[in-house]
Amino acid sequence: MSDIYLDNNATTMVDTEIVDVMLPFFSEQFGNPSSLHSFGNKVGIAIKKARKQIQKLLGAAHDSEIVFTSCGTESDSTAILSALKALPERKEIITTVVEHPAILNLCEYLEKDGYKVHYLQVDSKGNLDLDEYAKVLSDKVAIVSVMWANNETGTIFPVEKMAEMANAAGVMFHTDAVQAVGKIPMDLQNTKIDMLSVSGHKLHAPKGIGVLFLRRNTRFRPLLRGGHQERGRRAGTENTASIVALGKAAEMAMQHMEYENTQVKAMRDRLEEGILAAVPNAFVTGDPDNRLPNTANIAFEYIEGEGILLLLNKMGIAASSGSACTSGSLDPSHVMKAMGIPYTAAHGTVRFSFSRYNTMEEVERVIEAVPPIMEKLRKLSPYWGDDGPLEDPEKAFAPTYA
Amino acid sequence: MWDYSDKVEEHFFNPRNAGAVEEANAVGEVGSISCGDALRLTLKVDPENDKIQDAGFQTFGCGSAIASSSALTEIVKGMTVDEALEVSNQDIADFLDGLPPEKMHCSVMGREALQAAVANYRGEVWSDDHEEGALICKCFAVDAVMIEETIRANDLRTVEDVTNFTKAGGGCSSCHEGIEEILEMVLEEMGEKFDPNAPSKQPEPAVAAESGSMTTLQRIRRIETVIESIRPQLQADKGDVELIDVDGKNIYVKMTGACSGCQMAAVTIGGIQQRLIEELGEFVKVLPATKAPQSASAGA
Repeated sequence: MSDIYLDNNATTMVDTEIVDVMLPFFSEQFGNPSSLHSFGNKVGIAIKKARKQIQKLLGAAHDSEIVFTSCGTESDSTAILSALKALPERKEIITTVVEHPAILNLCEYLEKDGYKVHYLQVDSKGNLDLDEYAKVLSDKVAIVSVMWANNETGTIFPVEKMAEMANAAGVMFHTDAVQAVGKIPMDLQNTKIDMLSVSGHKLHAPKGIGVLFLRRNTRFRPLLRGGHQERGRRAGTENTASIVALGKAAEMAMQHMEYENTQVKAMRDRLEEGILAAVPNAFVTGDPDNRLPNTANIAFEYIEGEGILLLLNKMGIAASSGSACTSGSLDPSHVMKAMGIPYTAAHGTVRFSFSRYNTMEEVERVIEAVPPIMEKLRKLSPYWGDDGPLEDPEKAFAPTYA
Repeated sequence: MWDYSDKVEEHFFNPRNAGAVEEANAVGEVGSISCGDALRLTLKVDPENDKIQDAGFQTFGCGSAIASSSALTEIVKGMTVDEALEVSNQDIADFLDGLPPEKMHCSVMGREALQAAVANYRGEVWSDDHEEGALICKCFAVDAVMIEETIRANDLRTVEDVTNFTKAGGGCSSCHEGIEEILEMVLEEMGEKFDPNAPSKQPEPAVAAESGSMTTLQRIRRIETVIESIRPQLQADKGDVELIDVDGKNIYVKMTGACSGCQMAAVTIGGIQQRLIEELGEFVKVLPATKAPQSASAGA
């Protein structure tokens, strides 16, 4: 039996069809797209095509609004630092407590430089309070950066609405959409989103390629200066093979958008239903009615996620966890913390994230594998009795903490 | 994923002594708030001779926490409580053929549970004096609290000071930004400003204390052994290295053959330094013999 990969929010497999379109750009199509001769010229045409394919997936008005970068993180940093540079008199940033570290760590760093960052809180389902957002929007704010969909829970933020609000207040709006692109239909030309980050490896293109969507007429200051590549907005010789791959990946994502939101969603829903029916003291985190079609995040109470992952891995199942220990950091997931999930559950969260390459047969295998694992680990847990959690578990076991 | 030893995996997949011991007369319950790990250790001690007849654990925690708990119960079974108190967290880690630096706190938790259980058996109250912070130096597993306290206690000023006193930052050096931030914070509390160019403190007590467990002769022999083990690699590239002198934390070597004057010499010296730091468990500097004081380079 082959292994089951349910960690597609971490990274995805590069589709073989995509690998095939890349390969010529390592050999006969090796030219520099900036060159005038025919070696470079054809490569330039291929990049142009990729730009159009991505424009279409994002629903952007112009292909010149697509700027290739090296990754989602670079796109995020470019967007935020550009706004701060373009509007030096504005010293505030608005973001949320559940952003990816690519945004949060940059914001923390900027705080040290004297910027004020407003972190919008979320409720127990991971949703934002737009009244709170409206209160902090002002002409002191240089940029709002809010993720389109959360990587851990899949919860979707109303970024189109939030961009309208920012626009009305005269504030630039950026969204880290690395999890949403290819899973949610987008029509950026009819929104007020100024900048948007894409990461290739989240939608079956290779690692090391990203995009910054930059709306025409948005005030912009490049992060990398040098050559005239990307119209001077991102200097550095193009990663041609990966750009071509991302174009192809965008085209394929367009074709599978419907499948993603029906078949992939059905697999996710079946997995949740199957696991929750068989495992007591487990619940779905995030907002089940407002989330990506491919993401399931389940909290298993009174056990710790790393143990779950190790046992799943032994059975050939790959998933990920919000527990502290799996990441090397000391805190459990900041997303679970922000939603107020108690730590006896936050440490036991497991994320299963699907792609169109998963099958219903795999889902059934996972549903079979999970309950014995939870049973085994709960037998070791000081919060668990013979056949269920101890009465008032947090009082029954209250260790001395260091 | 973590680079766990086979023994850690074995104790995680097949934990020994899981569950509470019946008729336990010694119970220790401890946790590490920073990682959300928690452990209940139950022991059955024979009041006649203080021997631990049985041990069991219940753990809420990651793979290495479960493996450490399992190892702990195996280690202490059959010991007297006095013997058990001698078990250190390093003993637990060694029993498992080592733990990743980020996971050493799992073994600390095991030792604390043991102390708490023994205190419980003796009718004493166990209090914990160990505070744990975010891990800063991953090469030597040094956390923020340890660095902060050492800076305060010894009036440290520079990253090099911190490395000399705690070893933090003496390996790959990627945590130097983090150490500078702690220095900035602590110095600001004292009304001072961090100056990256401030002179370092002399001498280095950490080195003295560390090497105190080895005689000078033993230490030099150890250094020789490490250098001997590196030579075949260099000789394969038609080069060689020779130990010239050891002066405190400074170790002087002479690169010969293809290595001398090679642009890679600096990289090679860096590699030798890294190996020596790991083997000696202390911070040392490897320098080309040309930089040695006159007395040392006289023979070279």
